[in-house]
Amino acid sequence: MEALKLIGVLIVIIGFILKKDTIATVVVAGIITGLVGGLTPMEILDTLGKSFITQRTATLFVLTLPVIGICERYGLKDKAVDLIRKAKNATTGRVISIYLAVRTVAAAFSLRLGGHPQFVRPLVNPMAQGAAIAKYGAIDDKTEDDIKGCCAASENFGNFFAQNCFMGASGTLLIVSTLNEQGQSVDALQIAMMSIPIAVTAFIVGSIHNYMLDKKMDKKYMAQGGKN
Amino acid sequence: MDRNTIIAQVFYTIIGLIFILVGMKALRDKDLKVRTRTAAFWFILAFTFIAGPFIPYWITGVCVIAIAALTATGGVKPSKSDVPSPEVTRKNADKLGNKVFIPALTLAIAALIAATFLPFGANNAIGISAAVALVVVFAITKAPAKSAVTDGSRLMDSVGSVGILPQLLAALGALFTAAGVGDVIASGVSAIIPDGSRLIAVIVYCLGMAIFTIIMGNGFAAFSVITVGIGIPFLIAQGANPVVVGALGLTAGYCGTLVTPMAANFNIMPAALLETKDKYIIIKSQISVAATMMVIHIILMYILAFR
Repeated sequence: MEALKLIGVLIVIIGFILKKDTIATVVVAGIITGLVGGLTPMEILDTLGKSFITQRTATLFVLTLPVIGICERYGLKDKAVDLIRKAKNATTGRVISIYLAVRTVAAAFSLRLGGHPQFVRPLVNPMAQGAAIAKYGAIDDKTEDDIKGCCAASENFGNFFAQNCFMGASGTLLIVSTLNEQGQSVDALQIAMMSIPIAVTAFIVGSIHNYMLDKKMDKKYMAQGGKN
Repeated sequence: MDRNTIIAQVFYTIIGLIFILVGMKALRDKDLKVRTRTAAFWFILAFTFIAGPFIPYWITGVCVIAIAALTATGGVKPSKSDVPSPEVTRKNADKLGNKVFIPALTLAIAALIAATFLPFGANNAIGISAAVALVVVFAITKAPAKSAVTDGSRLMDSVGSVGILPQLLAALGALFTAAGVGDVIASGVSAIIPDGSRLIAVIVYCLGMAIFTIIMGNGFAAFSVITVGIGIPFLIAQGANPVVVGALGLTAGYCGTLVTPMAANFNIMPAALLETKDKYIIIKSQISVAATMMVIHIILMYILAFR
């Protein structure tokens, strides 16, 4: 039964869906796949151990943590906040796009900004909401939700699509080690460079998305003769 | 061992020492109920990083199973850290100004330069850049030397046990290959990919990444499965550039992350944090961008991979 070998894939899927411990899920999936695939327990331990050692590459990001930790202590996040605050006269969409730009660059340089709890809620969302109220007077609940959605989305766009531009990012190193394990010679510099086009495109697409939010609000509120 | 392997081993040993520091921090935290097991997790991990290449591989295999058993039983928790207060970071920020960005930029730029101009390889370049940036950060902040230890182990602890997930997933990929899982997926997928159709292979790979990520909520796990099963046999073995397939493959998976409630940290919890009326508003806001980015991934991969 060839299809039985897919049991490991199934275990990973079910384990992640049921929110079981990720590390244990992966290890169990590996061991059972090995057994079903006809490997002896000793071969499984050997393969697991050998690839774990060769793939230590994927954990090299740890070396960057002391520097980033010290930068945090000396005000990295506070300066990023100062940078975004400068956008106080922009429209809602533009405020969010400025945050998207900051988040994209930060992710590309592996700066940990802290995301939704530390930036979006206390800073970006209030600024974006404030810009809308300044322009249109009152806004309804639906618009308020739309703005919140866009703010949170920009955090994700910047974070996801730009992080691999950094050579020491864990995603970049995962790509390198997975491909090396399969006999393909690629290195972290190549993957980081090849990740730039997507980071740039994501910034452009995200900014258009934010611009459309401005247009949508213009249409909704200007037609009713809002303030301004 | 050749020169670059020895340098790499030095860096892995340093990582091992950081793990030991995190473990010792846990042992000192008397309020942490599971401190012994947490410390055991970090010490075993450190052992594999430091001693791994010099002992039989099966011993590391046993260590990996022990690590999994410790996390599975909820035995690994963060311990108390010396977290800088907002007042402290604000005061430091006002004093230092934008200079605080320099060490972080150094990290990225020094890695780039070391990888391009030094003969030690791209992986070692990451370690070299970390060393250079550490010198720069001390010069700029005048931080006490112990900060490297306290802040490094604090961050490692906040990343936590999932920090080794990428490494484990790569190892899982190896086991999948040894057991022939890739071949099974490949023979199933070959039914939908007509012989030699590069475009359809690209579409199937990118969509496969996104769909698996939607189901699992985790792009990393999808990457090891889909790349072994589809990316290698249908793209790379047909002459596609592995750099393009790998780099675009993972971010194609992230298009799936944007539309799945499974990725609760990114899509659901922030909605609660922002007190939205509609708890799916973030996903709704992201759908159009995710779809656009998917199309862009397919086009870029098709053009760049077969140049």
